[in-house]
Amino acid sequence: MTVRIRVIPCLDVADGRVVKGVNFVDLKDAGDPVEQARAYDAAGADELCFLDIGASHENRDTIIDVVRRTAEVCFMPVTVGGGVRTADDARALLMAGADKVAVNSAAVSRPEVVSDIAGRFGSQCMVASIDARQVDEGRWEIFTHGGRTPTGIDALEHAVRMAELGAGELLVTSMDRDGTRDGYDLSLTRAIADAVSIPVVASGGVGNLDHMVEGVIKGGANAVLAASIFHFGQHSICEAHNALRAAGLPARHNS
Amino acid sequence: MAETIALIDFGAGNLHSVHNALKATGASGVVVTSDPEVVAASDRIVLPGVGAFGACRDALAGIDGMITALEQRVRQEGAPFLGICVGMQLLADKGIEFGEHQGLGWIGGTVHAIEAPSADIKIPHMGWNDVTPTAGHDLLEAGEAYYLHGYHFDAADAADIFATTFHGRTLVSAIGRDNIVGVQFHPEKSQAYGLAFLKRFLEWKP
Repeated sequence: MTVRIRVIPCLDVADGRVVKGVNFVDLKDAGDPVEQARAYDAAGADELCFLDIGASHENRDTIIDVVRRTAEVCFMPVTVGGGVRTADDARALLMAGADKVAVNSAAVSRPEVVSDIAGRFGSQCMVASIDARQVDEGRWEIFTHGGRTPTGIDALEHAVRMAELGAGELLVTSMDRDGTRDGYDLSLTRAIADAVSIPVVASGGVGNLDHMVEGVIKGGANAVLAASIFHFGQHSICEAHNALRAAGLPARHNS
Repeated sequence: MAETIALIDFGAGNLHSVHNALKATGASGVVVTSDPEVVAASDRIVLPGVGAFGACRDALAGIDGMITALEQRVRQEGAPFLGICVGMQLLADKGIEFGEHQGLGWIGGTVHAIEAPSADIKIPHMGWNDVTPTAGHDLLEAGEAYYLHGYHFDAADAADIFATTFHGRTLVSAIGRDNIVGVQFHPEKSQAYGLAFLKRFLEWKP
């Protein structure tokens, strides 16, 4: 076979607590990111993504502690995004046990942070977040601050630039679709996937398993990220893998 | 008395994850060390590594006496050795990544960038893929493991290849000889498969 399509649950974390997370199993402390990560590790998630949405710079130690505690008990790859501004921020997360770091706003204002991180720690750990909104037919723009602030930067050009600077993966989130459960923005995902030679993760808008399959077949994504459909037990990781396989795509067999 | 497992600390990003995974298999004697004397007295040795070949090589070579201690304990005295990801690639004669760098030269071959044969093959090779044993080896069982690499081990002698995987082309998944084994995948991030692999390494009597 070949490399499997990755199914990635994403946990939003603020000040060390899960904001939007699992309630498909009874957890002793449902706000503890480590307990939630364990649930996904046990469920056979292909990777896990922590998004530190409260990421104030004074509070970096909180997410680093979450990553360290997660890495003690979970043996799956972990990507951490939110508030990564410098190569030293990335280093702290990687040394704590993160496998990849996702860089968002900092890569917009200071793109060289991408080459800094890739140069010091390798492209394989450098994920560039592409948060985009459609502004015209076939045209998307980069937005920062959770999708509120336009930058005037063309999303496709930014994505290509990130890859050229050494990003090893792009996390492409449609801010139009995020939270809607209407499915990924397939045109956006496809346009970016076709323009770069690195893997692309589709994100924003998953409401059912068909959306994940479409994200790969129509969107050209190599991995599919989702939050609520897993957190609320609408579907399991195993069902997502099965849906991908039923569509003829390579996906992992959960043991 | 429990065996001493030297996990070599040269600043590799996956050091703590490998340590955690070794502990999770029940190993009690893991020592994280950058001391060549500890390595020289250990029963087994694990060399982690992620990132660039040259940077890892320089960091390892930068520890006074470490490469000599490894040569002595692994190649002359036969202590079981496991290299993971770049720790596996360092076994090669050389690595071509941001210039040409000398490797340990324990297993013949060169580490090159993976070239994608077509646009749909994305590099880095990132995600779960097969471990397909090429010949019977005590440590390697067929299964799915997590890979994360843009460079691969191009082996000089096919007899050194223990397992392969496929991403646009056949890639080396595991390599070695005698008491030496190196794996391109990350056992510390490969859930049940990875922990079972590490457990076999800790019990391995080559």
